[in-house]
Amino acid sequence: MSAEYREMWEKLNLDLTAHDGLLTVLGKFYGDIYLSQDKRLKGMEYLDFVVSEVHGLRIKELQDAKARGQKVVGTFCIFVPEELTLAARAIQVGLCAGAEAGKEEAEKIVPRNTCALIKSFIGFKLARLCPFIESCDLIVGETTCDGKKKAYEVFKDYVNLYVMEVPQQKKKADRELFKAEVLAYKEKLEELTGNKITAESLKEAIKLVNRKRKVLQRLNALRAKVPTPISGRDVLLINQISFYDDPQRFCEKIEDLCQELEQKVKEKEGVVPENTPRLLLAGCPMAVPNWKLPYLVESSGAVVVGEESCIGTRNTRDLVDESKETLEEMIDALVDRYMRIDCACFTPNEERMENVLNLAKELKVDGVIQYSLLFCQPYQQESLKLGKFLEKNNIPVLNIETDYSMEDVEQLKTRVEAFVEMLEK
Amino acid sequence: MLILGIDIGSRSIEIVGLDKGELQLKKQLPTTFDPLAQLRKGLKDLAFAGVVATGYGRGLVDRLDLKVPVKKITEIKAYAKGVSALFPQARSILDIGGQDTKALLLNEQGGLLKFEMNDRCAAGTGKFLEQMANIFQIGIEEFGPYALKGDRVPVINSMCTVFAETEATSLMAQGEKPENIALALHHAIVKRCVNMLKRVGATPPLIFAGGVAHNPCVAQLLSENLGFSPIIPQDPDFIGAIGAALSFS
Repeated sequence: MSAEYREMWEKLNLDLTAHDGLLTVLGKFYGDIYLSQDKRLKGMEYLDFVVSEVHGLRIKELQDAKARGQKVVGTFCIFVPEELTLAARAIQVGLCAGAEAGKEEAEKIVPRNTCALIKSFIGFKLARLCPFIESCDLIVGETTCDGKKKAYEVFKDYVNLYVMEVPQQKKKADRELFKAEVLAYKEKLEELTGNKITAESLKEAIKLVNRKRKVLQRLNALRAKVPTPISGRDVLLINQISFYDDPQRFCEKIEDLCQELEQKVKEKEGVVPENTPRLLLAGCPMAVPNWKLPYLVESSGAVVVGEESCIGTRNTRDLVDESKETLEEMIDALVDRYMRIDCACFTPNEERMENVLNLAKELKVDGVIQYSLLFCQPYQQESLKLGKFLEKNNIPVLNIETDYSMEDVEQLKTRVEAFVEMLEK
Repeated sequence: MLILGIDIGSRSIEIVGLDKGELQLKKQLPTTFDPLAQLRKGLKDLAFAGVVATGYGRGLVDRLDLKVPVKKITEIKAYAKGVSALFPQARSILDIGGQDTKALLLNEQGGLLKFEMNDRCAAGTGKFLEQMANIFQIGIEEFGPYALKGDRVPVINSMCTVFAETEATSLMAQGEKPENIALALHHAIVKRCVNMLKRVGATPPLIFAGGVAHNPCVAQLLSENLGFSPIIPQDPDFIGAIGAALSFS
């Protein structure tokens, strides 16, 4: 790593020794899980590069943008409308919360039975390990679960935090509430950046974020083919990177990758043999660098062809209506689109049942693995109901509850392998 | 030529040899902290044409440098296979091993339909009973018969090995008869297994296998709680190894 980066990290007040350790582990992890794959796609070189420079070049880009007066906004949830952030000429980054880091530190300010994702983002901050958090001018939280809600009450002592309220139902009053929150966020951004959000800038931002969703939709349509042309962990990584790389560059690179995949599909060249069991992962988000379950699944003779999660189709399924002209109409279009998110924080959340079933059919899966983080009440609760619903529709289901630690890997392996054996018949 | 099935569990290793589907050999060794050495010991002087390994330590066979074809399957598949071969009428299986408890549901052809397994902790497994027997300072083989002498069941709520020990200790301090406490501990484990069986929708005939099937108290309480008697195979701890050997093809 160049001296220039070290100087940058030092300025960002990172714990350099611990950070070196993190990068070493991450590099090894990436090598084992990603670089060792057979039939690697050429288009994945972009992702290898982005990952190798995740705390380097990308951070430098953010610092350079800040030097030019741009602001950086960090988020943890797909409810924060990136369209507004971009329309205010700010940069939005999804903050990493997918590794066990600074756990002991985090457990000093949140209860031990808090989910791994929350502990992770708090840990990254308290242990001074994440240059993204340190680059943020504003961090936007949201009220999607009790764990996060209460964690933000203490997290605010460490970062410049703004919390958006996300309603829990989808009635008319809830839509009004969310609209008010979207408008308040718009004002907050204008105050932060000094830039007025105009119909013109918002229209352009809507198009860009839609383009990102469309390229990911195209990717999902390609992997729905049999045999699937790309591994599940590669697509998970692409989804993860969509949250922090430059959107323009991301779209171009993934469009190139899709072209490569189209060729593979035409030649019926799969990343795995045609009869490999195809699985959909459904439930909690897998934030970077959480690759534990897809790696386990794909080392057990199956292939992942879908992620029904916030870092997956929940984020990319719905587009914002691009036909609106006035600012007011566009805000309404944004609100409508975001209120369609089928997050388990809503009650009831019936549409998710149908959405998962449709996705399972579209992707031609042989089974669904429901993934819940330990202590994530909303998704754990829904897994019971969704599991029964899928079984009723003759889709085999395996429920997995885990966290970021590696101590349960052997037990998980047995379960996943047995599930795959069961589907192989 | 023999086909070997090897079940490498957390507590014991079972090896069986089948010749054209007929059982010709069976042996059991403790796993110890050096299962690889135990495996080498177990396989010494054996002539065989193929191996299927199962159980927690199934990956270890790769390190034996065997000169014959080697396959690995999970113990879930192995138990389903073993049971459906020995008991074609079976519809469900309860396997309580050293560190795992599994409930399996089979279809009419003996194929696996659904399964549940305990997660990372040892609650409700053979390890739990072993720890508790330790507190009573009696051998694990004696623990079941000992518990059957109990005439009253005090409540033990916790299934966690650590907390259950605390509960058992406080019951002792209250002067509860040790046989009754032992019985309560057996009740706790059976309650958990019955829940697991219900989650997969287990129906009779139910085969109860794994090392804990030797425990008469667990077997009796299972019958009482389920309303039907589970069938216990003659060698309940060898079902996985037999199923493994049968999966060689």
